[in-house]
Amino acid sequence: MSLFIDIPEGKDQLPSPRSERGLLLWFSSVDHKQLGIMYLWLALIFFVIGGLEAMLIRTQLAFPDSPMMTAEIYNQIFTMHGTTMIFLVLMPASIGLGTYFIPLMIGANEMAFPRLNAFSFWMTCLGGILLYFSFLAGGAPNAGWFNYPPLSEANYSPALGIDYFTVGLILTGMGSIGAALNFISTVLTLRAKGMKLTMMPLFVWMMFVNSFLMLAAFPLLNAGLFMMLLDRQMYAHFFLPSTGGSAILWQHFFWAFGHPEVYILALPAFGIISEVIPVFSRKPIYGYRFVAASSVAIALLSYTVWAHHMFAVGMTYAMNGFFAISSMLIGIPTGLKVINWCATMHGGSLRLRVPLLFAIAFLIDFTLGGLSGISLAIVPIDWQVTDTYYLVAHVHFVFLGGSLYGIFAGIYYWFPKMSGRMLSERLGKWHFWLFVLGFNITFLLQHVLGVFGMPRRVYTYPSDLPYWRALNVWSSIGAVMMFAGVAVFLWNIYRSLKQPRAVKNNPWEAWTLEWYPASPPPLKNFEELPPIHSRRPLWDLANPENPDKRLN
Amino acid sequence: MKDKGRILILLFISSEAFFFIALIIAYVFYRNFSNATDTVAKHLEAGRATLFTLCLIASSGTLILSKRALRKGSEGGYKTWLALTILLGIVFMVGQITEYTGLYKEQVKMSTNVFGSSFFTLTGFHGLHVILGLIALSILLVLSMGKLKDTGRSALGGIDVYWHFVDIVWLFVLTFVYYVPLL
Repeated sequence: MSLFIDIPEGKDQLPSPRSERGLLLWFSSVDHKQLGIMYLWLALIFFVIGGLEAMLIRTQLAFPDSPMMTAEIYNQIFTMHGTTMIFLVLMPASIGLGTYFIPLMIGANEMAFPRLNAFSFWMTCLGGILLYFSFLAGGAPNAGWFNYPPLSEANYSPALGIDYFTVGLILTGMGSIGAALNFISTVLTLRAKGMKLTMMPLFVWMMFVNSFLMLAAFPLLNAGLFMMLLDRQMYAHFFLPSTGGSAILWQHFFWAFGHPEVYILALPAFGIISEVIPVFSRKPIYGYRFVAASSVAIALLSYTVWAHHMFAVGMTYAMNGFFAISSMLIGIPTGLKVINWCATMHGGSLRLRVPLLFAIAFLIDFTLGGLSGISLAIVPIDWQVTDTYYLVAHVHFVFLGGSLYGIFAGIYYWFPKMSGRMLSERLGKWHFWLFVLGFNITFLLQHVLGVFGMPRRVYTYPSDLPYWRALNVWSSIGAVMMFAGVAVFLWNIYRSLKQPRAVKNNPWEAWTLEWYPASPPPLKNFEELPPIHSRRPLWDLANPENPDKRLN
Repeated sequence: MKDKGRILILLFISSEAFFFIALIIAYVFYRNFSNATDTVAKHLEAGRATLFTLCLIASSGTLILSKRALRKGSEGGYKTWLALTILLGIVFMVGQITEYTGLYKEQVKMSTNVFGSSFFTLTGFHGLHVILGLIALSILLVLSMGKLKDTGRSALGGIDVYWHFVDIVWLFVLTFVYYVPLL
């Protein structure tokens, strides 16, 4: 006899701002759609803050010997920029899209654990607030987003900033683990009748694989952060070489989390791209199985590459060789995906709307980021350019050209479903061109700056170094364009939200289940479901004479 | 209907496993791959630790018996074995607390050196997990006496996995922290 009691779906509506009015309900909602939107708002707010920090950095660096910021302030600003963008923008944005769309795409009415869902959101939110509270508590963290000891230890950074960093990230880490637990159990238990694992939309697949990555990666970070906190607050010695500890151990813990984290941020974008490209090319995805299976390969390989962040530490040649090879190997499944996406577009009747534009820009810039990544995996090149702007350029190509473009594509694609209103196509194109052109100006040039030897994290530079001045000015001009692009994006959202709800259920003529209910979906997502026999149930519904091959 | 609670707890403990692996790696790393000498190990009493470990293992056994009693429909057996599980868990915690106070009297602290740090961090986090488990089991015991019997029962399927997990983690801690230095 199983002890499990199946609790029937509640007849009373779950607390949600949609069911009653009241500010309190913003805090008490457990509705996955509401929480998804709250995640996205959280990400947007921190995106603006992190973007302003980036603008401060680029203003400071636009001219040599700039008097605007002192080195102390600059350290805080670039640390907060990196930490914010990774943990408080890209993470909540991808988790938010997952929270909103995973249940809808698999034909479920809720997440498996709605209260855990709310818990995850509020942990992330609290972590972000704590991180920013450090500004009021005597200075923000200033040891970079990977917070290397011994610099980050109490004797070198006595201000409380780094304590807020550790506590804030522990909380957001717990939130991410909660979200991952929820995603996996939702996918495993709440799929609509007839939907096999091999029939799930690719976005769900990627988030599913991604959740396993999160479950394994964040505990490593949290363990390291707890040790750091104990070092700083309880006088432990974990990462203090002067008293027997090991600073390298922190690097291993951090990057054993940090490199999977790169894929944790990339896989959701891969998933979004795998949804957007077929719909706007009017063709089913090419090589569904390869796209899905290569994510599993990426997830497994991502745990064998972390020490390529540490080539300059002075590991043995065998270690360097192993991590160089594994890092290049991971290019294969990723490249396979890129080829599949290109093959999906090939011969399709492309609808060049904003989501597809971002997807195409993603293909180009993410591939460039991947190529500079391969070059960094070659140990001698890494020794030469590590900790220069070449690395800064690479990481931005992966995080912006990869993850952020994917998230932009997803927001333009799903905005009508979430809000019942279309984002303006004209403003969207302004956003796209300003942002993508600005991005490429800023960061393509930074590759060159890095090769010319400009180290990362310097708060200023002398005026007599060849080309540094011109390259830095152009880099800042690109940043201003990106900033303008984001301003257009915000205006676009604001403008659209003021219009009345007018969007039909399926404005893009897409094929996955999230487009079946009304836009936005009612509190209970599905009163009834269409028959599900293939990967594109809405295509079968619209074309009964020419359905996809039956898979169940 | 698939048991989503069971899936959740299995995923949760696998995530927790990575957390403890990291803590154990730190301890093993400092012992074997650094130049520092382990000054904590000589203060530890492996025999005493084994004795309290037996209590923790026994508590897993009594929890299995309690679940079996519940399956057979014996309310009395369920409650008795559950209470015994909690008692054995408390005995283990008493053992850990007296060990800590003893070590503090001998000036072995978190701040003593890197081995003090990793010993107290590893066993401390394990202890926190035991305390959490004890709280959960106590809630089950309270529920089993009131009107919410059924709720308690379905929760048992998750809490027992967690309790066995905490038990197994301790066996690794015992091996690496108490036994390996004796070799």
